[in-house]
Amino acid sequence: MIRYVLPDWFFKVFQRVDPVLLAGLSLLVFMGLTTLFSATDADLDQVSRQAIHFTIGLVMIVIFSQIQSKTLRQWAIWLYGAGVFLLILVLLVGVQKKGAQRWLSLGVDIQPAEIMKLAVPMMVSYYFAEKPLPPRFLDVVVALVLVFLPMLLIMKQPDLGTALLIGTSGFFVIYLAGMSWWLIGGSIILVSVAAPLMYMFGMHDYQRKRIDVLLNPESDTLGTGYHIYQSTIAIGSGGFYGKGWMNGDQSHLDFLPERHTDFIFAVFGEEFGFVGNALLVGLYLFIIWRGLYIASKGEDTFARLLAGSLGMTFFFYLFVNTGMVTGLLPVVGVPLPLFSYGGTSVVTLMTAFGIVMGMRKRKRSYRQES
Amino acid sequence: MGERLSIKTERDEQQLFNARLIVAAILILLFLLGIVARAYHLQVLQYDKYAELSREHYQKRIPIPPNRGRIYDRNGAVLADSHVQYVLEVVRDSIGDENGDGKTNLDDLDGTIQRLGKLISLSDKDLRIFRQDALRFKYQPIPIKENLTEEEVAKFSVNRSRFPGVSVDVRMERYYPLHEVASHVIGYVGRIDERDLEKLNKDEYLGTSHIGKTGAEASYEDLLHGKAGYHLVEVDAHGKQQSVMDEKSPIGGQDLYLGLDIKLQMTAEKLLKDEGRGALVAIDPKTGEILALASVPTFDPNLFINGISRKDYTDLNTNPDRPLYNRALQGVYPPGSTIKPMAGMAGLISGTIGPGTRVNDPGYFRLAGQAHVFRCWNKRGHGSVDVRLAITQSCDTFFYSLAYRMGIDKFSSYMSKFGFGSRTGVDLPSESSGLMPNPAWKEKRYKSFWYPGDTVSVGIGQGYWLATPLQLAHAATVMANRGLRVKPHVLRGMKVGGKQDLQLVKPEYLEPVKADEKYWNLAIAGMEGVMMPGGTARGAGAGAAYRIAGKTGTAQVFGLSGGKYNAGRIAKRLRDHALFVGFAPADDPKIAVGVIVENARGSGGHTAAPLARKVMDAYLLKKYIGEDGGGETTDATKPDAATPDAANTAPPEDDPHD
Repeated sequence: MIRYVLPDWFFKVFQRVDPVLLAGLSLLVFMGLTTLFSATDADLDQVSRQAIHFTIGLVMIVIFSQIQSKTLRQWAIWLYGAGVFLLILVLLVGVQKKGAQRWLSLGVDIQPAEIMKLAVPMMVSYYFAEKPLPPRFLDVVVALVLVFLPMLLIMKQPDLGTALLIGTSGFFVIYLAGMSWWLIGGSIILVSVAAPLMYMFGMHDYQRKRIDVLLNPESDTLGTGYHIYQSTIAIGSGGFYGKGWMNGDQSHLDFLPERHTDFIFAVFGEEFGFVGNALLVGLYLFIIWRGLYIASKGEDTFARLLAGSLGMTFFFYLFVNTGMVTGLLPVVGVPLPLFSYGGTSVVTLMTAFGIVMGMRKRKRSYRQES
Repeated sequence: MGERLSIKTERDEQQLFNARLIVAAILILLFLLGIVARAYHLQVLQYDKYAELSREHYQKRIPIPPNRGRIYDRNGAVLADSHVQYVLEVVRDSIGDENGDGKTNLDDLDGTIQRLGKLISLSDKDLRIFRQDALRFKYQPIPIKENLTEEEVAKFSVNRSRFPGVSVDVRMERYYPLHEVASHVIGYVGRIDERDLEKLNKDEYLGTSHIGKTGAEASYEDLLHGKAGYHLVEVDAHGKQQSVMDEKSPIGGQDLYLGLDIKLQMTAEKLLKDEGRGALVAIDPKTGEILALASVPTFDPNLFINGISRKDYTDLNTNPDRPLYNRALQGVYPPGSTIKPMAGMAGLISGTIGPGTRVNDPGYFRLAGQAHVFRCWNKRGHGSVDVRLAITQSCDTFFYSLAYRMGIDKFSSYMSKFGFGSRTGVDLPSESSGLMPNPAWKEKRYKSFWYPGDTVSVGIGQGYWLATPLQLAHAATVMANRGLRVKPHVLRGMKVGGKQDLQLVKPEYLEPVKADEKYWNLAIAGMEGVMMPGGTARGAGAGAAYRIAGKTGTAQVFGLSGGKYNAGRIAKRLRDHALFVGFAPADDPKIAVGVIVENARGSGGHTAAPLARKVMDAYLLKKYIGEDGGGETTDATKPDAATPDAANTAPPEDDPHD
């Protein structure tokens, strides 16, 4: 019926968008906006700005879902190269805000690290797509170099959180490519040895303090521990069913810092309780599952590796943020994906989901039909 | 180049990828279950803890202090009241970023204080106290200066906008309109200190800064304080009030009516002041209400309310006359001859003597087989005296003999029945119990035997015997009531909210002294004789419009062993104390009095008795002596110089008298 009303290209476009994943994302976006409304004390301006971010994100989903694996593959090396160049530029002539040099001023301030969130997994997937899998040791080393180069540049800004996220997305590709378990085990041991050394020699004081506080949050409830202390109180006091939407005392009375950005999970937890938290994590799990499912139906190796690593990276964002807000992990500035207020993160993440959708194997039937 | 390989291994690669994906999916599931488990831990297992923490966070009880009850005298004269006081307060967190370093913290205070100081003078002491509190309280108002004048309030109000977080609060503050008058009875309030905090109910005192420290203010703290109310408010992270969740109005303290007749009190204080130092207690024998309780010199309780200045405190403390010392309750003196009516009663009740028993007084008393003599004040002797005459003439020999025959244990226990040696239980703090000596006490205190000579001196109120003026007045009420004992008390009644009728405090009866009516008649007749020609206070009794029963006494200053009188100041301090107990009208007692004049110009009959007479006149005939100080006018008749009523000395010494 509708086919006769709407132009043909419209269906071609939307056929590429995965309806299940879109439904999950939409529900998440709706919950995110609802919580944001409460977290900002009914600030409609901020909520509508976030809604605009989501709309842009949806457009990105539609656009990127059209792009085929072999097209994207050709972009990978250019995007990666440009990203590294911009990161170097940031260190040389970047704009400094709050003690970190992360921005480039090109009329508007842009953050090149954001590009790398997509460029690094693309580049590593591209590299492995050309190689026989499971990869040889040398290939793994080359891939690691590809990951570490932008990571180091970002750590230099310094932006430990983003460097960690970007590095992780690259490692996920290497893992999915079939890096041997022996190597994985070896690296885990290496990291656990390196981490304490890193803590002692390679960190800024504020970063070290965050870890100290994580180990003993009640030691410093008014200083660095304040965030974690307040968010655990908010979540804990939510109880089983929560205090109800717009009824969170901790969040509405200003006790909870950054409650509409990094700590929005605490607002949600306070107002919707354990039931809400379990459902929300369930919804995230559903979205991740759907992403990984699409990855397994990938067009080719590049498509599978890229889609799989993006799905896993989405999980990693979720885990780092909720782990931090519930007091399991140190405070790292990672937003709750598609929930926290912030345009860049929303657009990047939804673009990633667009890419995931695009990686799916084309149905022959469609072509025959036309 | 890779085309061939990848085609060849496409299936394997897909399998490898799927395997990796499944492992990843399982790990993801486990990690997210970890997050859910953490949420379960916080929200279900530890819910109570966090709910409590959250509530503590956002609910704040702001106490509303109750208004302290007033204190009145029996006729409604205000003795203690509260008036409005302006306090300059600072909320540390609200002063803003004064020094512009991007944070609001302690450092910002300096700027604010400096600017405030230009407007309103702040003393170093104000600032010291303020800074101490500022360290502890971030969101609560901290007083920086109290007692602002109207002018200062106006000055600040004009400039208010320049001082965020600084405000003027209105508080009720105690004051004592009569200043020095009756300060030993009323007492005073002072800042709550650490010791108070241990005792008081903290919930009731959260908004209160002062507490009764001495006098009725302290003993009736519970009634005067009232019940605190509160606002339960929701506060945000910055301590700002968002809404009132619950509130309870405070219940004001009760208004107390003391038994004091403030005019009588002023009369007593004036008379004592004219004599130097001393104490007087006047009690209504029927009810036990204390009509006057004077200890001179006095002090101004207003000085203590907000912490006494160092200078004032040094002045009060180093004053040799010790104004802070409540002589009426804490001062202990040898009661001297004033106890002779009670001693006579003890002899009669115990059967040691009969109403007709006569003792021949040659002017001294000698224990059998001993050379030592205990002299009567009258060296010529009183001749043959019975108990009535012995009281009237204050014959020492009669009472030496009486005490000796009774034995100390019996004597001591009978005197205890009149209230000697134990606290009367008056409703004022720090009453002394005095001392009614007996062999057991001496053994314990001095590890020494009780000698028969000790008993002899106790018979005339000397030796180790010590009594407070309140005990003397109380003993006088027992005589007046013919054995009935009413506990003395300063609180007459109270009013709640100022509307209801006065609720009177019921008299509390103590174990009475039981004796035959005729014995009482005899002893009281002896006391009436004291005030009449032939008695030791005949001058004081002359021309009275009512019948007076009394007994004079002279107490040697403790520690002076007979010898030389030094000239000047020291000599003055070593002069004998003059005492008097009595009641009037003798046939229908309305007032019982105990007086002591320290280091008096003359004997009990000369100094203390006329003073008591004037107090009785003031109360019974409304001849109050006011501020105009015409105290000496009624002192018409000079008592005979030859009738000092001497008190004999403690054991080894003989007669130390002039």
